[in-house]
Amino acid sequence: MLTEREPYYRQPLLRTPFHARMREFSQVDCFIPWSGYSTVDVFTTMEQEYFAIRNAASLYDLTPMVKYRIAGPDATRYLDRLMTRHIAKLPVGRVAYGIWCDDSGKLIDDGTVFRFGESEYRLCTAEHQLDWLLDSRIGFDVRIEEVTAEVAALALQGPCSCWVLRTLGLNGIETLAPFESRAFTLGAMTLLVSRTGFTGDLGYELWVEPQHAESLWDRLMEAGRTRTIRPIGSRALNIARLEAGFLQPNVDFVSSGRTLRNGTARSPLELALGWLVDFRKGHFTGRRALLQESQAQPLRRLAGLDVAGNKPAQNALLYADRHGRREIGSVTSAAWSPTCKRNIALAMLAAPYFETGREVWAEIYLNRELVWERRMVRARVVERPFFAPQRRRRTPAADF
Amino acid sequence: MSVARYDAVVVGGGHNGLVCAAYLARAGRSVLVLEANPHVGGAAVTREFAPGFRVSAGAHLLHLMPKRLIAELNLSRHGLSMAATHMPTYALASGVGTVRIEAAARSASDGLTAADAQALPEFFGRMHTLAAALWPLLEGIPPRLGAGEWRDRLTMARLGIKLRLLGRRRLRELLRIAGMCVHDLLEEHFHSPLLKGALAFDAVLGTNYGPRSPGTVFTLLYRMAAEGAAGQGLAQPAGGLGALSEALESAASAAGAEIRTATPVQRILVDGERACGVRLESGEQVEAKCVISGADPRTTYLKLLGAEQLDAGFVRRITHLRTHGMTAKFHAALERMPTFLGIDGIPRGRVVLAPSPDAIERAFNHAKYGEFSASPVLEVVVPTSCDAALAPAGKHVLSAIVQYAPYQLREGWDSGRARFTDLILETLERHAPGLRAAVSATELLTPADIEAQFRISGGHWHHAELALDQFFTMRPVIGAAQYRAPVPGLYLCGAGTHPGGGVLGMGGRNAAQQVLREAR
Repeated sequence: MLTEREPYYRQPLLRTPFHARMREFSQVDCFIPWSGYSTVDVFTTMEQEYFAIRNAASLYDLTPMVKYRIAGPDATRYLDRLMTRHIAKLPVGRVAYGIWCDDSGKLIDDGTVFRFGESEYRLCTAEHQLDWLLDSRIGFDVRIEEVTAEVAALALQGPCSCWVLRTLGLNGIETLAPFESRAFTLGAMTLLVSRTGFTGDLGYELWVEPQHAESLWDRLMEAGRTRTIRPIGSRALNIARLEAGFLQPNVDFVSSGRTLRNGTARSPLELALGWLVDFRKGHFTGRRALLQESQAQPLRRLAGLDVAGNKPAQNALLYADRHGRREIGSVTSAAWSPTCKRNIALAMLAAPYFETGREVWAEIYLNRELVWERRMVRARVVERPFFAPQRRRRTPAADF
Repeated sequence: MSVARYDAVVVGGGHNGLVCAAYLARAGRSVLVLEANPHVGGAAVTREFAPGFRVSAGAHLLHLMPKRLIAELNLSRHGLSMAATHMPTYALASGVGTVRIEAAARSASDGLTAADAQALPEFFGRMHTLAAALWPLLEGIPPRLGAGEWRDRLTMARLGIKLRLLGRRRLRELLRIAGMCVHDLLEEHFHSPLLKGALAFDAVLGTNYGPRSPGTVFTLLYRMAAEGAAGQGLAQPAGGLGALSEALESAASAAGAEIRTATPVQRILVDGERACGVRLESGEQVEAKCVISGADPRTTYLKLLGAEQLDAGFVRRITHLRTHGMTAKFHAALERMPTFLGIDGIPRGRVVLAPSPDAIERAFNHAKYGEFSASPVLEVVVPTSCDAALAPAGKHVLSAIVQYAPYQLREGWDSGRARFTDLILETLERHAPGLRAAVSATELLTPADIEAQFRISGGHWHHAELALDQFFTMRPVIGAAQYRAPVPGLYLCGAGTHPGGGVLGMGGRNAAQQVLREAR
């Protein structure tokens, strides 16, 4: 347990080991729940925090990310049956983004897999998945345990993130390649660093034992002081991830384990995650359904939109024509991108409207001091990501 | 390593496997049957359990196999003959009396009050009418709901028409009773506890139910529907149930099927997308265009195929299948013919020792908590009363199906075996004084023994509990109820498939049909 818990009815949400530090920085006291923990939505203003991600360095408390230790003789076979990517090909010391589906090939969740050894892995997901992971274990010699509370995690993201870690004394950190992980010793603590993140920018995720959490936080804040490092909340991160074109569970798709209505679960092909599905690697859950789906004409697909004007097309219905006669989909995420200076969105679109270059119309409602206006706004299907700076991939990582 | 190639390889030479092989071979397919044990038949075998004494190891009566199947496979020409058909049922209760039920004649039953004697044929008549309307449900390949294939719609339409033809009154009655417990239904019709006990016994035989469990009218209807299509009442093949398996073996062989015994299969092989053959425990591989497993669903999917080839949700459904047996088999070698109190002369029928529905329910109570029944209920036959060849001259065998004997006995069957055997003998002695002194040898097959000897995971006679939620389009599980496994080229044909166990052979027949249909 990270902190002493009061009775659940007094403190229904757990606190991460960074909670005390975050509370010091919180000006607007805006905390939200995330898989059983209290996390920060906004510290000061969303805009300020967003620009820390893109122009300086940002710290985001990642501890609530659900972490599973998966180990045992069949761990690799197990993960290859669970996930759609070929995990056996993942080298030790590397990280992979992946997804897993139910029998019908509908997406349950996505996450990152860390390979620590021949048959030792960590799976990180936004939501609890133990039920499905244990069901998938039948017939495999593998141990699965949740280690969320045993690992404190921070995302250090932004152009100056490498500089901050070098200043902290992580020698050679600039040689860490994207999706690579490496352990560093920092005083008394062992720090696992992976070059991963949810911002589409140069950035790292830091994993440490909870007792070192505050010390790590303090040292990062100190090291990054001249680079105006800043803690950020989920709201700013959400803009960054949308610019990077990443999907947010329960926003851009609903886990098939949670859908109640017919036809609301989505397959990876529909979510444009087909590149994560390896049909040649052998059987995995959902393979037969996905193979069948892949051989048919797609019905719908997630696509990026460039929307005219500057009003985010949040929850907008989409039409084939400006008069709104033919409905063809809806927006799942939308925001004004301050870096791209574009009004961007992710949308689920019916065939053939998801094809790049297609023109569609978004129905946007504007609240003008409680006087609502309806606008039909032209939008164009565009490639994702919306924002992909070179520094994101460059190795050795550059200083800014 | 020799490599052979067949159109179909059948894993398991139980009666369903043999039926399936026979139908496929008759359709001109090259078929290989692989049986792990030294002889075919699975649990439908006649075995020597004491020197000179032979008995049907599993089911000891043949009353559910449809006459159409027996005729189509020409089993009488292949040596199947009946030592007795339309055998009566004697319900005995020590100190109470005897009821003799002539199920076939549906009338001449003695030992009943006038009201019960009048109600019994009416009851049978009504139940058989309802059961007959359900036969199309049992007979065919279950439809895949929502798949929209014309064949599936036809199946549903046939069933609908059959039900509609029942008329409003009887259809209403069917809908009313189908989910009921047999105890309540019998209360509506009869007074005699002994009669109700005997009828309730048939509803719970081979199940994890007591007469007060919901769904036991359904199990009774199931039995009656199959008995109706079999048309010979309770029957005993000459030579025991093993003779049926020999006839099936002969029919399959004559049609061109190859049968190898003492050849356990280790693995069902999958080549990318399809099942492509099997690997034997000897290491030998057999290639085939399709693999048909007569083994139970759990064994087939989790042991022979492996969870790795299946989706996780499907595997979960298979592991949740209720497959724990509750029924034991008891055999005794007798020095002389037993005399049952209340039966004049030789008992040429089956004897049911289940004094009342309450007595069965009380026997069931123990089983719910991992104990065997303190007062077990039994179906007893003396096969040698119709078929003297099963024992040395002048001697006899007794065969009993005993409930309730949980697969997972809390104290363990190592220590439970002797106590339960003693309890069974005590029960028999009460109804047939002197029987115990005539016993020269006994054999008790607990569900754990049935699992080990016949390779049925959980030791359940029906491979999987026969229940409304594990029936028809849901047997063994949703998504694999058409004898097809999720892996193309793999089929199931055992008792774990629709319609279920009880030596029907329909699983084998339907699976063969499905294979032929898809190869077309």
